[in-house]
Amino acid sequence: MSSIRAIVIAHAKLAQALVSAVDVIAGRGSEFRALSNEGLGAADVAATLKAALDETGAQVVFTDLPAGSCTLAARRLLRDRPGLRVVVGVNLPMLLDYALRETPGGADVATAAERGRESIRVVDDASVR
Amino acid sequence: MLWTTPVSVELYRIDDRLIHGQVVVGWGKPLGAEFIALVDDEVAASDWEQDLYRMGVPPEMDVYFDSIESAVARLPDYVADQRRGILLTGDIETMRDLASRSGMIEYVNIGGVHHRPGRHERLRYVFLTPQEEEQLREIAHGGVEVSAQDVPSAAPIPLEEVLASRGSA
Repeated sequence: MSSIRAIVIAHAKLAQALVSAVDVIAGRGSEFRALSNEGLGAADVAATLKAALDETGAQVVFTDLPAGSCTLAARRLLRDRPGLRVVVGVNLPMLLDYALRETPGGADVATAAERGRESIRVVDDASVR
Repeated sequence: MLWTTPVSVELYRIDDRLIHGQVVVGWGKPLGAEFIALVDDEVAASDWEQDLYRMGVPPEMDVYFDSIESAVARLPDYVADQRRGILLTGDIETMRDLASRSGMIEYVNIGGVHHRPGRHERLRYVFLTPQEEEQLREIAHGGVEVSAQDVPSAAPIPLEEVLASRGSA
């Protein structure tokens, strides 16, 4: 089985860019397979994701938009893959946390999702006074 | 015309991804769409598929699922609805049938028909078989304005230009 722990699938070149950023920051880009939905109909997005999951043995999928075709494809695959976990709304802090943490029992996915959520802040001039 | 006629179905769109980012965010936000009517016989027959599509849509947006049959019957209600809406089909044939049977559609947007064996590239997001090209012509011959436009900020490309295009536009 490959060393890839998760698939990142998103619009345009977003997944590739996020994985490349993980590699630059932490040297752990090889833990992810990056996929795009570019130029693909719904059935082909699902087929591409399924093939990547089969090939890598990964059990985790990160997607970008809740209503997007990548998320829909991942949710579609959940029906036949009870062990699969899908995290919607991927961001860089989330992927970094996942790359640098490996917890037995798979709690690392939930922790990474929480880190991603916590990382979102609104910073204004009041916060630096 | 899409932007000038005050009807509540603002967009009749052919998109093989059905409900996805471009529709919900790209079109839904600027149009102020409050409902989506998804017309697809297969989805209309499957609760599981309907749950899948409904889950991705923001809570303030309603989604209605129709077969071609039920869509023909309900289209007058959608058009009379006080809210703005988007009607989606996953393929050209469904839109053709709906347009010809209802006689209520004035404008059809080709939003995404992606690559599949047997289809030829016309635009970056439009690949067509000869049969699908004919179906689009049939829609247009019925007096419907047909153009391709993936996102609102792009210029609509009239059907004849789409069919004359050799791809990568």
